Amino acid sequence: MSSIYEKIKAIVPDVTIEENGLSMIVVPSKAMPLVATYLSEKESFDSLVALIGNDWGESLGVVYIIDSTKTNERVVLKTSTTDKENPTLYSVVNVWQSADLNEREVYDFFGIRFIGHPDMRRIFLREDWEGYPLRKDYDASPEANPVPETNEYNADTTISLQEQEDGTIKEEERVIFSPEDYVVNIGPQHPATHGVMRFRTAIEGETIKKIDPVCGYIHRGIEKLAEGLTYPQTLHFTDRLDYLSAHQNRHALCMCIEEAMGIEVPERAKYIRTIMDELSRIGSHLLLYSTLCMDLGSITAFIYGFRDRDKVLDIFDDTCGGRLIMNYNKIGGVMADIHPDFVTKVKNFIKYMPKGLEEYHSLFSGNVIAKNRMVGVGVLSKEDAIKYGIFGPTGRASGWANDVRKLEPYGVYDKVEFDQVVLTEGDTYARYMIRLKEIEQSLHIIEQLIDNIPEGDYAAKTKPIIKLPEGNYFKRVEGARGAFGVYIESKGDKTPYRMKFVSQGLNLIGAVDHITRDTKIADLIAIGGSLDYVIPDIDR
Amino acid sequence: MFDFSTITNWIDELLQSCMAPWAVVLVEGLIIGVLLLLLYALIALALIYAERKICAFFQCRYGPNRVGPLGLMQPIADMFKMLIKEIISIKDSDKFLYGLAPFLVILSSMLTFGCMPFGKGLLTLDFNIGVFFIMAVSSIGVLGILLAGWSSNNKFTLIGAMRSGAQMISYELSIGLSILSVVVYAGTMQTSQLIAAQEGTWFLFSGHIPMVIAFLIYIIAGTAETNRGPFDLPEAESELTAGYHTEYSGMHFGFYYLAEYLNMFIVSGIASLLFLGGWMPLHIPGWEAFNTVMDYIPSVIWFFMKTAVIMFIIMWFKWTFPRLRIDQLIKFEWKYLLPIGLFNLLLVTLMTVFGWHF
Repeated sequence: MSSIYEKIKAIVPDVTIEENGLSMIVVPSKAMPLVATYLSEKESFDSLVALIGNDWGESLGVVYIIDSTKTNERVVLKTSTTDKENPTLYSVVNVWQSADLNEREVYDFFGIRFIGHPDMRRIFLREDWEGYPLRKDYDASPEANPVPETNEYNADTTISLQEQEDGTIKEEERVIFSPEDYVVNIGPQHPATHGVMRFRTAIEGETIKKIDPVCGYIHRGIEKLAEGLTYPQTLHFTDRLDYLSAHQNRHALCMCIEEAMGIEVPERAKYIRTIMDELSRIGSHLLLYSTLCMDLGSITAFIYGFRDRDKVLDIFDDTCGGRLIMNYNKIGGVMADIHPDFVTKVKNFIKYMPKGLEEYHSLFSGNVIAKNRMVGVGVLSKEDAIKYGIFGPTGRASGWANDVRKLEPYGVYDKVEFDQVVLTEGDTYARYMIRLKEIEQSLHIIEQLIDNIPEGDYAAKTKPIIKLPEGNYFKRVEGARGAFGVYIESKGDKTPYRMKFVSQGLNLIGAVDHITRDTKIADLIAIGGSLDYVIPDIDR
Repeated sequence: MFDFSTITNWIDELLQSCMAPWAVVLVEGLIIGVLLLLLYALIALALIYAERKICAFFQCRYGPNRVGPLGLMQPIADMFKMLIKEIISIKDSDKFLYGLAPFLVILSSMLTFGCMPFGKGLLTLDFNIGVFFIMAVSSIGVLGILLAGWSSNNKFTLIGAMRSGAQMISYELSIGLSILSVVVYAGTMQTSQLIAAQEGTWFLFSGHIPMVIAFLIYIIAGTAETNRGPFDLPEAESELTAGYHTEYSGMHFGFYYLAEYLNMFIVSGIASLLFLGGWMPLHIPGWEAFNTVMDYIPSVIWFFMKTAVIMFIIMWFKWTFPRLRIDQLIKFEWKYLLPIGLFNLLLVTLMTVFGWHF
């Protein structure tokens, strides 16, 4: 980190470093394009992990967390502007493509406009929304934004800010869809978007020319809500983000808070957390198998997958009392001890599941129609996976080894042996197969842990009022569909100053247009199914 | 074997004796029409139930089991639900075509249904171009689907209708070729003569490999023709919500639903007519005792049994295979099925000319 700081300082002399939990390199906004280009081209910092907007009262700005896929180093940059009337910063889209939708999110919630960004529209809120909700001085009264009674009008043009040679900023109009385009709305109410997601799809016959994703139909403003709640109260939001990896998400938030406060989690809790994480990964991957098969028209395979997923949910039901929203992890450990039948049921499941996988392969994986539909369809290269920030199984199917469990081991992942499954084809079939292979690995992990759960407390004792020391904290786990990160900025209060959930969904949606270009409508469904996005994860 | 024409002749004579000839035709036409409509509805109900149960068994489920014993009343409840539902009219749709489309579909399916050889002496339409007539009326259906897609003023329905048009017109060629093979082989197009020619052995067995190929082509193309999985692209629910009938509700939708099931029955019925001897019992040359026993099974049961077996195979397809993509579907027809069908027609012709068959 410090060496990188020295190197950046050599190019841009007026950078400073801010050591406060995370050590952040503060870059003046003017110098951001230069630093970004330098980092990605000379220092191989090619993976943008998180792009977090923030309102520090006197200034508005963005925090960038950037990883190097070659050296696994991490650098945190911070840039800000004091102009609150018309805040502008420089875009990094041309360096890290995954910044595209993330910068639009920052614009939507903080009103920061990015110079050089090709498409500066709101992403979650309506075009006619008044104000920027995540600003600290936002007027949340219903009068400012009454419930609209008119249909939302989606413009076919957008605005892009471009810096002219003389240094002035000019607004340029860009065309999204021209009047000749035949635009079909796939969604928001559509069986294959797996939720309330809308793709404005320009097609020519059956061929897709362009896709413009429209998000925000179920945005609940969880990040804003979290700013008004105490830390234990914020926990339950995580289960409602990506509801298929509820355990992992909550694990991330708990770990972030525990690390900030220096709480030592008992070994037993760590074992239980790891087993639960892997069980939910199996459940989530089974759901992908089921829904992908249904999207491709094989309804029998869908029912088979759900039949087996139910066994995982039964195990959760015993211990957590919930099947989808589990509310199981808490700060310092887990809510309750495991059910007496837990170990037996998990062991039975480990014995049962390989047979189920065999059945899936004989029913669907080897089917000639299924192969025709998936092999070679929607290829995502490794470079593009990194550029678009596609972590998780989807990225690993493109040959990018990015498993957080291996890179930054947490829980008891350092004590177990498992393979990081990496396929190189990057097509829909690879994305499908990698899920089934990861189920095998997850079973292998659980097998090693289930007999060795140590005795002891299942939760550490914590203070009744939890206050995080002042600073910035970031923690990642491997969710079922990729890295899930939690960024907390604390001012030392019992509520967070800013809490950001860095999830996969938005990046996956950002890559849809790229992957589906010039494929067929039916391929969009197959690709969408294999990307495995979960809408509440996008619409936080 | 009982000949149903004794009953129909008796009714005919009874009417002749007390009415003018034109009135006889009118009354007989009415009776047959009402009977066919009733049978049409009944078969549809039975098929809906059968499909649900069979699909449930494929998927480790129970299927309907709450309404009536074994869920037998479920299709009737469904039908009533369909009947009492409101028919919603769509803003900016072409009202006349929108209303006409479902009737075209059901009309085509009804007309074809009228040509089914249900049993010995139970054949409504029997004239010298019988099979040709079946081909002709069954292709009216695609018109209804195209009109439905166009008049709904919806992009999904339009894509669905276009897919359907491309698919049905393409696969009709294959069906035509395989039917043509049978016609060449039998030397007649008349339904009753086709069946009579299969008294010894069914065409599927007597016609060597070319007939088996024709049968396979017919089953594949027939599945595509009925828009059922794996060829259900026009209504691919995960892509086009419900395809060409997205905007239809109530009994208008019910007509499509009925026609879909009945078309499956019709395709299977024609398959059993052309390849499995219609209502003709299974006869093996030389096995006299066996043939006599087979003759005791009523002809109606023979026809429905054969049709049911083929329908089961078609359902099996649907509940096992994923869906094809439109370009793969068209490629499959034009690059594989059609050339094979053409070549097969040549084989059948040679076989018939030189008498290389049983």
